[in-house]
This record gives sequence, structure tokens and C-alpha cells, in this order.
Amino acid sequence: MSADFLYGVEVVINGLMSGVMYALVALGFVLIFKASGIFNFAQGVMALFSALTLVGIMEGQVPFAHLINAIFGTHIHNFGWEVPALLAIFLTVLVMVAFAWAVQKFLFRHLVGQEPIILFMATIGLAYFLEGIGDLMWGSEIRTLALGLPQGGARFIEDATAGLGGDDFYGFFIDKLDIVASIVAIILVASLVIFSQYTKHGRAMRAVADDHQAALSVGISLNFVWVLVWSLAGIVALVAGVMWGAKSGVQFSLSLIALKALPVLMLGGFTSIPGAIVGGLIIGVGEKLFEYLIGPMVGGATENWFAYVLALLFLVFRPQGLFGEKIIERV
Amino acid sequence: MTQVLESYQTEDGRTIGDVVLDLKNITLRFGGVEAIKNISFNIRQGEIRAIIGPNGAGKSSMLNVISGFYTPQEGEVWFNGKPRAPLRPYQVARQGIARTFQNIALFEGMSVLDNVMTGRLNHMKSGMLSQAIWKGKAEREEIENRERVEHVIDFLEIQSIRKTPVGRLPYGLKKRVELARALAAEPNLLLLDEPMAGMNVEEKEDMSRFILDVNDEFGTTIALIEHDMGVVMDLSDRVVVMDYGRKIGDGTPDEVRSNQDVIDAYLGVSND
Repeated sequence: MSADFLYGVEVVINGLMSGVMYALVALGFVLIFKASGIFNFAQGVMALFSALTLVGIMEGQVPFAHLINAIFGTHIHNFGWEVPALLAIFLTVLVMVAFAWAVQKFLFRHLVGQEPIILFMATIGLAYFLEGIGDLMWGSEIRTLALGLPQGGARFIEDATAGLGGDDFYGFFIDKLDIVASIVAIILVASLVIFSQYTKHGRAMRAVADDHQAALSVGISLNFVWVLVWSLAGIVALVAGVMWGAKSGVQFSLSLIALKALPVLMLGGFTSIPGAIVGGLIIGVGEKLFEYLIGPMVGGATENWFAYVLALLFLVFRPQGLFGEKIIERV
Repeated sequence: MTQVLESYQTEDGRTIGDVVLDLKNITLRFGGVEAIKNISFNIRQGEIRAIIGPNGAGKSSMLNVISGFYTPQEGEVWFNGKPRAPLRPYQVARQGIARTFQNIALFEGMSVLDNVMTGRLNHMKSGMLSQAIWKGKAEREEIENRERVEHVIDFLEIQSIRKTPVGRLPYGLKKRVELARALAAEPNLLLLDEPMAGMNVEEKEDMSRFILDVNDEFGTTIALIEHDMGVVMDLSDRVVVMDYGRKIGDGTPDEVRSNQDVIDAYLGVSND
């Protein structure tokens, strides 16, 4: 095998790995959209907020410290303890569930039956609100997430594959964090699938996603299911936030990963969990391969726009996405 | 006020018991429009009760009041001898009132079996965690639920389509699947909103047979809305007739048939 071909393979592998990250974000969108028809613009900010909360709890930071100090003239910033990672993750999940409950109780309960555009606007408002609350609670500095996740290239893979394509080939370079992210994502998706297929509340969730009226008539509380779905989206956001945050630090730009999810959704369809995953992988591989093969001819930096162009093409030829429900209007 | 009678036997040997559901002076308004005007009637244990009337008479609104989709501005709903606080539709369903819809509300993306299974959701006690931890208990429950579901599927003769996605079924079968889902919940009271609308003669005969069998075999109390006068008169024990939101007749099919108000409003004034 020639070294060029093997480098191509490496690009594909790395593309798959970053595709997993995109899929993670897209998954959060799909969950909420399926169950309630809300396109949740705040999904990216939820990832940022959950990662910030996790860091804050781990470091024993006092939430709303600035506010408290400003009002009471105190100088507290830290509780002076550190919370172990697992406990901190558990607490963060609780915070996200509380957030889901609050969103349902104070926002979307009052907007039932509104136009999709109104619901969308509400999520934009929610995004900015959550961003502000995040700043207020935990401060706006760039934070490092010290979960102890492995970083850097996986040496053993590099060593094992070195020399496969002759002396010019130094082995596959694969980021350890990407491997971890992929494993976590696979576990997450598998448990989501098991949950929705085999549990009572999973059935209720699918029922609500299919038909609200019918769901009500068999005794399903829409409110409960919506809180459940927002909680799940919150947990997915936390996982995405942790993975992206471990990669590039927990900072404002984390919330922009939501924009990366848009083309994934166009490809995969807004209502399909497998679609979100396959869409993420296609975009991940596509943009890395395109950059590798075509990039040098057009001066590089194609990763910024490739996903969107691909999504545009899909919009023209297959508007419902790869796995989305085909829109057939019966006359 | 309707007089509460002792329980009695029908000609075909079924026992009609006490009042299950009692509607007292119900008034429902949409803005300035009064859809239901001060209507009272009751439904007794084990009977088939029909609500009939011309289009726009308020029949579906009445059913929606019973099933909690609408909350009346005035009047009381008594269920099992107690006044019922205003409930959300899912709470009504949990009390044992199942329903079908005029325009069919099924989970189109799910198979027939899955659809009927959703009818069992209220009978699934174990929650998320216990399902994960006590696998045995959850499995036993699942088996019990499956048994009921299979029984209903057999009963309504839809075995051959149990794995078919509902979206692909023809209209008549969808109606039957919806009935199956409602039955799976083992309801005390079954509400059918135009179970035979849009069906051909053969399908109507099937559906009538199923309704009678359900009432007979499961002892389910049924309240139904129907346009087809012939069907209603054959099926039901007692009939309520509505017109423009008012009750204009209430009684056995024979009584209703000979009621002059009903003849005028619903069947039209005859000119011979």
C-alpha cells in the first residue's frame, strides 16, 4: 500500500472521529425536535452551560459569586473543596434536569400550540438567557476541564502501524481524546436506543413524538415527556460539552458548535436519531477528505464552508434529509 | 334530573348497573358560541349509550368534555359516584376512560402491536430505574401486558397485521386498531367518536359486531357518537339526541324514534 493511500485512510478515520462529535451535538436537537417540534437553538449554549457547571462544581466554585459579593460586600469565591469528577458529573446532570423542568414550566408550557417560528424565537431568547446565566453563575473566563481524559496522539496505534506504507509512512495519528469521545458516544446512543425502545417512559416518548392527541388519550402526560426529553437533551449537551471542552477549553466558542450541527441535521433529517449519527459521520469524513484532496488546489480552509455547501446540495435534491420522513401531501 | 333506576336485565340478558358517569347541567362555550347548552344525562354500567344529532349539534364537544379535552364553563361531571375536578386528558385516561377519535389519532410510525401496547402504559407500574434493576419484575409485567394485548388483537381479528406500520393500513383497519388500543387499557368507560364514519356497509357491519361483542364479553360500558341512524338504533340501549347544543331527546331507541322533536330536528319534518 502506498503511503498516500494510507494517509487518506488516516484522514477518513480522523474524519469519522470528528463526525462523532458533530453527531453528539445534532442528537440533542433531534431529541427535542422529534418530541415537541421545537428547533432548539439553545442546544449549543446548553453544552457550554453544562460544561461550565461541571467545571464550577469540580473546582468548588461558589455559583453567582460576583452577584453575592456585590450585594453583600463579601469576598467569597470558593467553597474551598474539590468535588470528585463522578460526583460532579452526577450533580451537573441534576442541574440539567432542573433546567429542563424550569424551561418547560416557565416557558414552553405557556407556548403550547404556537407557531413553530414562535417556538424557535423562544429558544433564541433562551439561548441568550442561558448564556447570561452561565456567565453570572460561573464567570466568563476560559476554563480548563480537568477530568483526566487522555490527551494527545495514541502512540501505540502510531507504533503499530508505522512502516505499513514504506519508509515514508510514520503510522496513523489518532487523538486519544477522539477515541474516548467515540466510545462515550456509542455508549450514549446505545443507551438512548434501549431506553426509547424498551422502557415505559421511552414508549411514552416515542408516542408523543408521533401524535400528541393520541398520546394524551392513552394517558401520557405531555408535560412530563417534554421535561424528560429536555433532560435527555441536557445530558447529551453535557457529554458534547465535556468532549469539546476537553479539546479546546470551556469557553464561549463552545456554544457555536450548534452551528456545526445544522448541516448535520440537513443531511440526516431533523427527526432521525440514526440520521444524526450518519449525517455527522458523513460531514466529518467529507470535510476532512475534501480538505485533504481538494483543499490544496483551492488554497485550503475548506472545512469552514464544506459542510454548508453539502447541506445546500442536500436541500435541493433531498429536502427531508437521508432518514427524515418524506413529506407527501395528499390531495 | 334523571331518576336513578335499579339495575335491570336487558332482553338479551345483559345486566345494566348503576350510573357510572353523570353529566349535570353541562354548558360549554367557545368565546360567544355555546356549543353545549345546559345538558344533563347519565351513562350506566354495562350499557351502550349513543349520542346522536345533526352536524354541529355538539356531540363531539360532549365527548371531549367527558374525556377532558374540553373543560365546561358550567356543570359537573360525576364519575363513579363522585364529582370530578377538572382534569387533563391524560388524567382522565388514567382513571379508566379510553377513547377513539373521529379522525383517528394513531401512532402512524409504529407497528399495530406497538400502538396497542401504548394502551397498556397506565398498567406499567415499574418505572425507569426498577426496570433497569429488577429485570424479573419488569419482565413479568411485560408478559402480563402482552397477554392482554394479544387477547385484544385476537378478539378484533387483526393478527395478520400486527407487525405492519399503522401508516400503511387502510382506513377501516386503522379504526379497528384504534379500538384495539382503547380496549387494551381495560377501560371502565369506552368513548367512541363516530366509529363507523367513512366506512362501507361491510366494514360498518364488522364494527357493529365488534362493539356489541366488546360490550358483551368484556362488560365494557360504551358511549358512542354516530351519524348512521340505523346502526345507532340497533346497537344502543339508550340514546341521547342533541340539536344546536341542546338535548332534545333521551331514552330507548323506540322512545327516541317516536319523539316528535327528534323527528323534526334530526330526521326532518315529513310532509305526507
